[in-house]
Amino acid sequence: MDRESLISLYRQMLLIRVFEDRAAEMYAKAKIAGFLHLYNGQEAIAVGAVSALNPDDEIVVNYRDHGWALARGCSARAVMAELFGRATGTTGGRGGSMHLVDVSRHFWGGYAIVGGHLPLAVGLGVAAQYLGTGRVTLCSMGDGSTNIGTFHAAMNWAKLWNVPVIFVVENNQYAMGTAYEVHSAVPMLTKAAGYDMYAEEVDGMDVMAVREAVCRAAERARNGLGPSFLNMVTYRFRGHSMADPDVQRSKEEIAEWRKRDPITRFADEVLLKRGLVTQADLDAIRKSVEEEVEDAIQFADQSPEPPLESLYDYIYMQPVSNMQIGGSLIRPPKLGGRVAPNGKR
Amino acid sequence: MPEITYREALKRALREEMQRDPTVVIWGEDVVAYAGGGAYGVTAGLAKEFPGRVRDTPIAEEAIVGVGLGAAMGGLRPVCEIMTVNFTLVAWDQIVNHVAKQSHMFNGQIKVPMVIRTPNGHGRTAATHSQNFDAWFASIPSLKVVAPATPYDAKGLLKTAIRDDDPVIFLEHLQLYSTRGEVPDEEYLIPIGEADYKRRGKDLSIITWGRMTIESLKAARILAEEGIDVEIVDLRTLRPLDVPTILESVRKTNRAIVVEEGWRTGGLGAEIAATIQEQAFNYLDAPVARVAGLEVPMPYARNLERATIPFAEDVVEAARAMMRNEY
Repeated sequence: MDRESLISLYRQMLLIRVFEDRAAEMYAKAKIAGFLHLYNGQEAIAVGAVSALNPDDEIVVNYRDHGWALARGCSARAVMAELFGRATGTTGGRGGSMHLVDVSRHFWGGYAIVGGHLPLAVGLGVAAQYLGTGRVTLCSMGDGSTNIGTFHAAMNWAKLWNVPVIFVVENNQYAMGTAYEVHSAVPMLTKAAGYDMYAEEVDGMDVMAVREAVCRAAERARNGLGPSFLNMVTYRFRGHSMADPDVQRSKEEIAEWRKRDPITRFADEVLLKRGLVTQADLDAIRKSVEEEVEDAIQFADQSPEPPLESLYDYIYMQPVSNMQIGGSLIRPPKLGGRVAPNGKR
Repeated sequence: MPEITYREALKRALREEMQRDPTVVIWGEDVVAYAGGGAYGVTAGLAKEFPGRVRDTPIAEEAIVGVGLGAAMGGLRPVCEIMTVNFTLVAWDQIVNHVAKQSHMFNGQIKVPMVIRTPNGHGRTAATHSQNFDAWFASIPSLKVVAPATPYDAKGLLKTAIRDDDPVIFLEHLQLYSTRGEVPDEEYLIPIGEADYKRRGKDLSIITWGRMTIESLKAARILAEEGIDVEIVDLRTLRPLDVPTILESVRKTNRAIVVEEGWRTGGLGAEIAATIQEQAFNYLDAPVARVAGLEVPMPYARNLERATIPFAEDVVEAARAMMRNEY
């Protein structure tokens, strides 16, 4: 990779980190509601993986999706606006934090039912295979999703039909609050071995290691060698979500993992060590990232809420002729029903 | 017009749409090899006609639906067969949380042109294999749900469902597969969302769908001999409901019986009855009545099974009572 590209990886990781820290602040200020699953600590995975893929390769992820959206090129403005529930967000405020999406960037969304998105990732891969597009589908998941039925159904199907899909386990070692050894009977790679699937264990705190592993897996998929399984060992620096008091993990354990921070590590071991940047360069990058996120917050805060009239949009992509009238159905009727189309009672 | 079976009508729809559009594929358990194609023979022979496009899958309904969903997002038009409606429960998360959420939650960025075909039904198969979840499917925003009663409707609706850009739950029925009816050789489509008058009458409206349409038609013949002239509205589509047609019929006859095969509590009949009283209360000469399945897990024993499912005589009895003003 050239200097520019390496600096870009750093900037993307830092953007995610600063974005998440500011999002946490906005959550505390009640600008953001519901669940907010932050990506701190895992930045190297999204950034390294996206850098290894083509722009038209498909990406499907779970609900810890801000980092993936930003790495894939969604603007900090659109992502923050979505967290704020505003019309300018990635889904116009429909999906919120857990359901970011940008199909124009082949980012097919964050999915919030653990393991629920694995079959559809295989399906995207089957479509690419059938249509001969040469696209690879990357599907990320947490370690906690490797015990549910859809995981095994998707692994089996992917191997059976030789689907060009890369399963990336963001193994942060906790299924919400439950430690890996409490929730899983076997080591992670044994699960891939059960389906005779090509697998690697990857240092998920090392952006270059992630990138290289995904490059190898994508190459295999493009060459007709089928699915891969990458166990990326990582750690999240915050709780499961903003609702998590994070009392089950020891302070010592968290401190130990923080020493392996993927961002400072990349700066120290690659950028500074190879003389690609000076500390002043890094400070300038931080400043520009902070400005970008501040701008995103201002943008989100000033954006309008989605219009009430849009509530029924896209209930169907192909509307049915007489569905506006009637009963409990699509649009409540003006007479006889309780709710008028403008939402007022 | 030539008469063919409901099963053959479905197969013709599949064949015609596969000939028309190379992105239409069929995936499901035993749709290729078993007994020549399909547990109930609907896909028999299609795998040979369309190599690589009809594929057997693992017994993993959550994956059949989920992989179909992803393929639909990625540019195919999958027709996923779930062997019976009972097994859709395994895929319920996929259907409700994913298939039905994509278009609206992702603000129109994703469309899901897929069909999930699955039969209702019973036949001495006991509680876990003799169920009816029409009302559950019909309560989910963003799904389209159809339940054809005749070979003609089955063919026209399946062709439309395959071409539709939204996910369609296509409810067939084990007891209908071998029934026969007229189906023209020429191509035709039936729009989703339109009910059909299967019989015109003036005394009372029977609102129904699926197998109960056939039972209601039998009932109508018996009632006609007694001088009771019933109108039968076959909904054909359960979501979105064709409320205008329901109301049109009830405003004419002033009496309504909703006939459904599934459990009464929380059934679609309750929804329809509520809608009628909300929007046509002043036209009613009698409370809206319901004929429904009895609320027990289906027993295996012949006599108990028969007692649980509604038949024509239950419809006849309800209609007689309504015309005698017994309610």
